[in-house]
Amino acid sequence: MRRRVLPGLPLSLGITLFYVGLIVALPIGALVFKAASLGPQDYWRIVSSGRALASYRVTIACAAAATAFNLVFGLALAWVLSRYSFPGKRFVDAIVDLPFALPTAVAGIALTTLFAANGWFGSVLAQAGILVAYTPLGIVVAMTFTSLPFVVRTVQPVLEDLDPALEEAAQSLGGSDLSIFARVILPLLAPALLAGVSLSFARSLGEFGAIIFIAGNQPFETEITALLAFIRLEEYDYQAAAAIASVLLVTAFAILAATNLLQARALRYMQRA
Amino acid sequence: MAHAPHGRPPRVGDGAAVRRALIAFVLAVGAILVLAPLVVIFAQAFRLGIPAFVANIAHPDTRHAILLTVLTALVAVPVNTVFGVAAAWAITRFDFPGKRALTVAIEIPFSISPIVAGVAYLFVYGLQGLFGPALQAAEIKILFALPGIVLASMFVTAPFVARELIPLMQAQGRDLEEAATSLGASGWRTFFSVTLPNIRWALLYGVVLCNARVMGEFGAVSVVSGNIRGQTNTLPLHVELLYHDYNTAGAFAAASILTLLALVTIVAKVLLERQGAGRVRRPALAAPLPAALSTAAALSPAEGAKP
Repeated sequence: MRRRVLPGLPLSLGITLFYVGLIVALPIGALVFKAASLGPQDYWRIVSSGRALASYRVTIACAAAATAFNLVFGLALAWVLSRYSFPGKRFVDAIVDLPFALPTAVAGIALTTLFAANGWFGSVLAQAGILVAYTPLGIVVAMTFTSLPFVVRTVQPVLEDLDPALEEAAQSLGGSDLSIFARVILPLLAPALLAGVSLSFARSLGEFGAIIFIAGNQPFETEITALLAFIRLEEYDYQAAAAIASVLLVTAFAILAATNLLQARALRYMQRA
Repeated sequence: MAHAPHGRPPRVGDGAAVRRALIAFVLAVGAILVLAPLVVIFAQAFRLGIPAFVANIAHPDTRHAILLTVLTALVAVPVNTVFGVAAAWAITRFDFPGKRALTVAIEIPFSISPIVAGVAYLFVYGLQGLFGPALQAAEIKILFALPGIVLASMFVTAPFVARELIPLMQAQGRDLEEAATSLGASGWRTFFSVTLPNIRWALLYGVVLCNARVMGEFGAVSVVSGNIRGQTNTLPLHVELLYHDYNTAGAFAAASILTLLALVTIVAKVLLERQGAGRVRRPALAAPLPAALSTAAALSPAEGAKP
């Protein structure tokens, strides 16, 4: 039977293509064009300069640390929210989204105030000799905050829909809680964890607003890549800004592609199982 | 959920010690990382008392920043809503080559750093960009003015509405609309009396999240706005400016308005989720990759399949 065709294809597709073209594709194209017009030698000189390399190191190391923390904390939070009941649970479930809803600049000044040497947490930590604000640790704190909900929100629905029969079968075979968690539950959560981790890592690499307040922004020490692109702009060095921004762009696309690939494999595996 | 029904063994991790330890860990970290920032914002905003807070909010520059932020949202959010509905209609109601690529293209702004977005806009409308010289000759100001701020905000939030509608309209299918048109309803009538009632909560959900991000956007806007005090400073940029002026109470007073907006957004989100919006649960207000959605849906068939 032939399907009836609904009206509105030219209008809706026209609006969509025009908007995506004007708002998304045009600026990205312009950035790539600008970076490409540099020539390979100049481009390489800019993106492999000592200061740029140091910024990649700081950004990647801090993003990895923040993501590792969020993997553990996000899994624990998703577990607690989907398995236990306790007073205030609904409040906790709602407030988990705060890092997404709160503007990053607001998060930045709030975290800086808390973790500065005279702040509520900073003063306690300073007595133990731990400095957070204006050190790489501050960057980790800011990244952890802004990417906090990703792992929770990707793992939570999967955990809620987990078939209790699987656990019961493992329990009836005499498995301990720990071994059932490690060998039955964790593998089932793996694709969702992977999705949450890659979202969290990608967000941390690109984060700007929350970090610049708490980081101290010293070149080679606490300068993230996004800030370096911003600084080059303020110095009217547009080519360097384009080159460094293009590195961030390519990294984002690489993570996007890698995640898609890994998830396609995980999906095939799940369907076969 | 904590106690298994009679006779059955407790589920994994239901032992009292494990349960208490996990809940304590989660609450402690949550209090430090999420609750404390919330408290410190209001504590700092009211540190000098209520009159000082009112004076900070009533300052002409702050009032102007609020106005500019609202104005930006008034343009960017409706435009993005129309785009989101059009994109969802095109993608879920028709089959055409390149559909998958288009879906990915719509999601791209999620995975890109806001700074990259701002820099990219500079190379379109800036003096050293594609259209810059022509725009200057015609005396049209886009960058360092409201149009640039609106455009950058639209880039950052382009996927918000579409992303809520596409999975929902995909799940709903085309049957109802096809029945309506076969009975003689026009396309618009079909949309307004058949489609819209079915997607209204998800649509509102997308609009609420889009609005929150537009009003709070910092990175992309800070590149294209030029930060001219009292002219092109949106509220988040104004927060930064006051903070760097060592006007902490003023910065936190302005920040408290944005925080209130975030809290209202979260309440609206919870209420709309009760109406069934955002049912295929994903991280809100930021970056899901398309594959993450399909995996989440595939892994939780019960959620994806609910009508």
